[in-house]
Amino acid sequence: MISYLIKRILWMIPMMIGISLISFFIMHLAPGDVTSSESSFNPRASEESRQKLRELYNLDKPVVIQYGLWLKRIVKLDFGNSFASHQKPVLWEQKDKSGNVTKGLIQESLPITLMINLIGIFIIFSISIVLGTISAVRQNTWVDRSITLFVFIGFAIPGFWLALLLMYWTGVSNQWLPISGLHSPGFQNLSSFGQFIDLLKHLVLPVSISSLSGLAGISLYVRNGMLDILHQDFITTARSKGLKEKKVVFIHALKNAILPLITIIGLSIPGLIGGSVIAESIFAIPGMGKLFYDSVLMRDFPVIMGILTIGSVLTLIGNLLADIGYAWADPRVRKGLVK
Amino acid sequence: MSVFLKNPLAISGLIIILIILILALIAPFIVPYDPNFIDINSILLPPSLAHLMGTDGLGRDVFSRMLYGAQISLLVGFVAVGIATVIGVILGSLAGFYRGWVDSLIMRFVDIMLSIPTFFLILAVIAFLTPSIWNIMIVIGLTSWMGVTRLVRAEFFSLRQREFVLAAETMGSSHFSIIVKHLLPNSLTPIIVSSVLGIASAVLVESGLSFLGLGVQAPTASWGNILTDGKEYIQFAWWLSLFPGLAILITVLGYNLLGEGLRDVLDPKNKN
Amino acid sequence: MKKKSILFNFITLTFSLALLISCSKESSEVIDYSKKYTNSFGGTLVNAMAGEPSNLIAMVAGDSASSAIAGNIFNSLIKYDENLNYAPDLAESWKISNSQKTITFTLKKNLKWSDGAPLTSEDVLFTWKLITNPTTRTPYGSDYQLVKEASAPDALTFKITYASSYAPALDTWTALHILPKHILKDEDINKTFFSRKPTGSSYYKLDEWISGQQVVLKASNNSTSGPPSIEKLISRIIPDTSSQFLELTADNIDLMNINPIQYQRVFPARKDLQQKIALYKELGNGYTYLGFNLKKAPFNDIRVRQALNFAIDKDEVIKGVLLGLGESISSPYKPGTRWNNPNLSPYPYKPKKALELLSEAGFIKNKDGLLVKNGKPLKFEIITNQNKQREMTAVLIQRRLQEIGVEVSIRVIEWASFVNRFIKTGDFDVVVLGWGLSLDPDQFNIWHSSQQGPGQFNFLGYENKKVDKLLELGRKELNPQKREKIYHQFSKYLLEDSPIVYLYAGYGLSAVHKRVKGIKKPAPPAGIYHNNYNWFIPKPLRRNEILER
Repeated sequence: MISYLIKRILWMIPMMIGISLISFFIMHLAPGDVTSSESSFNPRASEESRQKLRELYNLDKPVVIQYGLWLKRIVKLDFGNSFASHQKPVLWEQKDKSGNVTKGLIQESLPITLMINLIGIFIIFSISIVLGTISAVRQNTWVDRSITLFVFIGFAIPGFWLALLLMYWTGVSNQWLPISGLHSPGFQNLSSFGQFIDLLKHLVLPVSISSLSGLAGISLYVRNGMLDILHQDFITTARSKGLKEKKVVFIHALKNAILPLITIIGLSIPGLIGGSVIAESIFAIPGMGKLFYDSVLMRDFPVIMGILTIGSVLTLIGNLLADIGYAWADPRVRKGLVK
Repeated sequence: MSVFLKNPLAISGLIIILIILILALIAPFIVPYDPNFIDINSILLPPSLAHLMGTDGLGRDVFSRMLYGAQISLLVGFVAVGIATVIGVILGSLAGFYRGWVDSLIMRFVDIMLSIPTFFLILAVIAFLTPSIWNIMIVIGLTSWMGVTRLVRAEFFSLRQREFVLAAETMGSSHFSIIVKHLLPNSLTPIIVSSVLGIASAVLVESGLSFLGLGVQAPTASWGNILTDGKEYIQFAWWLSLFPGLAILITVLGYNLLGEGLRDVLDPKNKN
Repeated sequence: MKKKSILFNFITLTFSLALLISCSKESSEVIDYSKKYTNSFGGTLVNAMAGEPSNLIAMVAGDSASSAIAGNIFNSLIKYDENLNYAPDLAESWKISNSQKTITFTLKKNLKWSDGAPLTSEDVLFTWKLITNPTTRTPYGSDYQLVKEASAPDALTFKITYASSYAPALDTWTALHILPKHILKDEDINKTFFSRKPTGSSYYKLDEWISGQQVVLKASNNSTSGPPSIEKLISRIIPDTSSQFLELTADNIDLMNINPIQYQRVFPARKDLQQKIALYKELGNGYTYLGFNLKKAPFNDIRVRQALNFAIDKDEVIKGVLLGLGESISSPYKPGTRWNNPNLSPYPYKPKKALELLSEAGFIKNKDGLLVKNGKPLKFEIITNQNKQREMTAVLIQRRLQEIGVEVSIRVIEWASFVNRFIKTGDFDVVVLGWGLSLDPDQFNIWHSSQQGPGQFNFLGYENKKVDKLLELGRKELNPQKREKIYHQFSKYLLEDSPIVYLYAGYGLSAVHKRVKGIKKPAPPAGIYHNNYNWFIPKPLRRNEILER
């Protein structure tokens, strides 16, 4: 087990290099660079200055050299500054000599995305466990079928369509919720509790929309897992021993069904930092998804590489945890009976 | 088979898909207008007898565009999933059969692919190759094979130790024939289920790409781009949002119902 | 037991959430917006931006969001008044020497920065040095580098001398935001925190900038132009235009740019919106065109270009794409301005004439109805960037050209790829693009034969010696009447040569909440925004912030 762990961790290093290499080259496949912005077609702006900028950012050097330069900085955990948003640091804030703090791009957008995703995961898991269990217990009844149908519809609705409809219904026709953004104007003047409620109101729609599709998958997973377990011998044994049905379902079955969810949690870790570009655009939420999308369109290489690097570290860790979790949860593996 | 017919999920899914497939196939014959026929005097008309689903921003008949859009959506789904499945089956079989360093290598490759956000790959490739239906299908295919690989690999792991496999090995069958004749046919369930579900997902991805302006390009009609075109006047030209939105919803629903239904049917445990 | 409690908790949670959410805003009573209101200071104007500003130092920032916000904070030496004549901003007067090479600006007295420090010609000189410094990362330096000598002989005088007379000079000085020397003299302009915490001299100063969400400007006490009427300007960052529209209808923003369909179809159908929102239209200073790659056959043949011009129905494009909210043009200048040649008219829609010209050029219809020359069909690809209106335009053009037997395909390409892979390399047939122009008539950079290098703006490859001469003369001629003649002639040649097909000059369409008063209608030549500092929001109509609930 330990040797397996060590092997996996050692593998991570060449993989990180592989990922960063592939990403770097893919990025340079797309033509253009940060000087090709929309304003590059302004007749009063000259080509020489764009060329100067390219030289400054080393964009005129061969791709391999650019990669080498980037690698050198990354090893020192220096993610560099963004090309497009006037030298804002990619990862963490920087202080200038007068003490002015410029916050990092990832530092600003990651917490927002994390917040939405974590709340989303919490909601998905709690609701899914309930729905999946009810479905399994009442298998093939109309309850089961309607839950399945409901959950499927949730998955099948195009996200941005539903978002716009809900925004219209909750924000325009009935003014229950704010339409977009994270804070209301005048947010600063609210009490802490007021700020908390304001934030919650702004999060209702984005979190609901982004959780909707996950709900279907996990509910079904729980349902099928529960079905699997409920048909196993030890459950029949428990029943024949005269245990109450509810006890059987909740204590014995559910406990076992939830274990594989650990794997899923592990696999969801990389998804935690991936915001949905579409949801973030529509709801005007400055998260990682929108940051990434804008960076790609603007060819802002330091930011793109920064996000990809962090993303891949999280993915590798997440996969490792998922594999470990699965191996540990399966008692056969734990006991070493099956390799 | 009888189990299949008794499963309402699978049946309803199948019916929905068949209806849409038929509509897509007979589209050229039943379409009332040329989907690309522009009529600037009929811009944004609500549904009427003349235009069953209204007209769009250039006066084109939405119903006709929806029919042809069905072809596009289904085509994207089938081809993308086809590519993903082929890649996934090949890699998954190799990993599951040979194990050892082959498995390690392939799974590390899967990890790498999973680390690079799908959307980034799609964007870069499309920006480089310029958006077209084929590029979109290929890219979606090239970025969604990882799940199939894992599934096939898992099936192979559990089947590997079964008697019939060991028997085949003792008889000296080639690796290739063991994989193709014995292991794959018994692994079909997850492959089929994931393919069906994958088509649903590909349809949704295309509509998402259209929202970002990277989906199927004008003047070709896809449900995704009809929906996107109408999003700024969603309250006014409701027909531009309702019909494609519903169409996507129903199609994706159909594939999901069929996929889950198949999973229920083919899973030997579900006999109650 | 456990199941019930889970369900119970779930229901309670949902219910409480619903209760929380239902703290709804009060429904608005019917307000009479047409009453006569008196101007008073105060109120908040909220608008929406699709992108976030990157840097409030306009000379370094490349994006429009940055210059829009910076324009409220900084002054230039001069500006345009509502009739597009030069008017004082920081300079109260200016004199052009007899040699026509020297301009002497006299600043207004007692100018102050928002921090109270005096604003003098030293600041102007400092700014000029900054923008002409090769280490400053600005794309706009070339105009100011034409100044051979600049000096500030006394605190109120700024004197510049050009190597030779440069007619667009005054226009360039309307665009340069003057920066404070006392704050920036020891800073690296490319890295300074000033870009996020600027000190300006104009109507507003930066109050608060919440990254990714909004930028708040507050009226400045030391404004060099006097106080504005609206106290606060909030720019909310809302990337999606459909979300912006929803926010407008819900009264959360006061103004936004709208598209023709919203202007022409959505608003007329909504009585509720018409009650509280007013619509404005004004002619912008740009145009959309179809451009031929003049280095590629058959576009090097003037007959082919003119024929295609006759084969495109521009009225149809304006009606279909803009719903009539635009004008057909025949010169690269804004209709109604002196630079626009009134004697020119656009190529009318005459498909028969097109076919005649094409057959002169050797293109004859084959049995399938396609135009063919020497066995090769007349077939090309129109490329454009991701812009809905340009895409629709291309589709309409495609249809008309197909009617006369020309095979046209369309490709829509993301901007950076578009510029780098196709435009710069000259690897294209035909483009649909637009120019957003400055108010000075100089178009040297776009049409002079010396500007065809990669990354330069004569990417179509236009070469006409007579036009070259006119463009060179136009740059030097300071007398407006003489200049007018030069550019009228230039427009005439351009129209005859038809290197591009003028498609339309679209209107800028705005929707502004009726609480905002002081907007001139119809829009003057400079547009409705020219006097936004004099707009006001009467007290009874001001929005209630959460604070006051």
